[in-house]
Amino acid sequence: MQRAISAAAAAALIPDGSSVMLGGFMGVGAPDRIIDALVARGARGLTVIGNDTASPGVGLGKLIDAGCVACVRASHIGTNPVTQKKMIAGEIEVELIPQGTLAERIRAGGSGLGGVLTPTGLGTVVEDAKRIIEVDGVKFLLELPLRADFALLRAREADYHGNLTYRLTATNFNPLMAFAADCVIGEPDEIVPVGVISPDAVRTPGILVHHLVERPH
Amino acid sequence: MDAKEIIARRVALELRDRTLVNLGIGLPTLVAKFVPRGISVAFQSENGIIGFGAPPPDGMEDPNLTDAGGGFISALPGAASFDSGTSFALIRGGHLDMTVLGGLQVDSSGRLANWMVPGKLVPGMGGAMDLVVGAKRVIVAMQHAAKGQPKIVEDLTLPPTATRRVSLVVTEMAVIEPTPEGLLLRERAPGVSVDDIIANTGTKLLIIGDVPEMPIAIPNRDAA
Repeated sequence: MQRAISAAAAAALIPDGSSVMLGGFMGVGAPDRIIDALVARGARGLTVIGNDTASPGVGLGKLIDAGCVACVRASHIGTNPVTQKKMIAGEIEVELIPQGTLAERIRAGGSGLGGVLTPTGLGTVVEDAKRIIEVDGVKFLLELPLRADFALLRAREADYHGNLTYRLTATNFNPLMAFAADCVIGEPDEIVPVGVISPDAVRTPGILVHHLVERPH
Repeated sequence: MDAKEIIARRVALELRDRTLVNLGIGLPTLVAKFVPRGISVAFQSENGIIGFGAPPPDGMEDPNLTDAGGGFISALPGAASFDSGTSFALIRGGHLDMTVLGGLQVDSSGRLANWMVPGKLVPGMGGAMDLVVGAKRVIVAMQHAAKGQPKIVEDLTLPPTATRRVSLVVTEMAVIEPTPEGLLLRERAPGVSVDDIIANTGTKLLIIGDVPEMPIAIPNRDAA
């Protein structure tokens, strides 16, 4: 059992310079209240890992706008001109990772795997400085596991065991990231009594979740 | 009919019944408007859904139900949602029958470049590299030339998306099939001559006999 904490208290757990995974796809399914709290406390030097940087004023884009971010690891930044401008100006370092590879690197990081072998990226700039491994005559790229200090998850429902459910396309990277960080903070839209969520409906077992952010007021 | 509609209509004729199809952002999205009647296609959006439909009426949007561009969509009966790992297992694992992607360049070996222009545009590859590697068929839907410059070229000058030879290239001028022997000109758009196509293409095309006109009427749809 755990008590829910405020978004500000959650943001205070995350020191400047941390690496942080954030769920969300174009801002859908992003932990918006923790993001707002990180902006409010003036976080600096974060390495953020997520699918994309959404757009200015939306989702992860708010952290970019507010100067909280030193490094981005994402599959796409094309919808956020601020990210591109700061990258060109040398204010933000950007590592672009194919979307499926990003998902699998996070999964590997959370599942105790030494990496994944994928055909994606072979013969492109993605393979630079990476090992190519041949299995039964077929070439694959070795992609290494990805972990972070924190994972910030947007969930549909939580209970006080930390069990989480997600909704439609707001699911995206959230359930994968739940495994891949030292400290996992869930931001649910609703908190329901323990037992209300059917075991079959739980997408992230509560044992993975260290902190819950209280429901929106 | 503008160039984009011609392309979308011709690509729609490639759709097959009971298949899973992923449409890229932009021009490829238009293809969904021209699905031939009697053909049932499940569309996947890589942010985590199979079986999405047209945007809902104003005021009925669900903020948690969007496509890969962040636009609102609907879920058709029988739709399934899933996380990004599952979404790309579908794509990479050989479960996706066809993807339609935009293109910046295609070269004589059928390689596609569609994710960056060094020094100018660095949006990132998103899901494109996985889609080109994993889909059973890769169809490139793009305008034949950009600002007077051919987009079908001898060798890519832009970074490739993958090394795989794409299945088909559909432009407003032509349908071209990359083969081991080179780029085969299969069809020409209505009112476009083979000479026009050659003049707007930056590499050699294989031409065998008479090149038929590209069909753009959608069966059981336009006649209705």
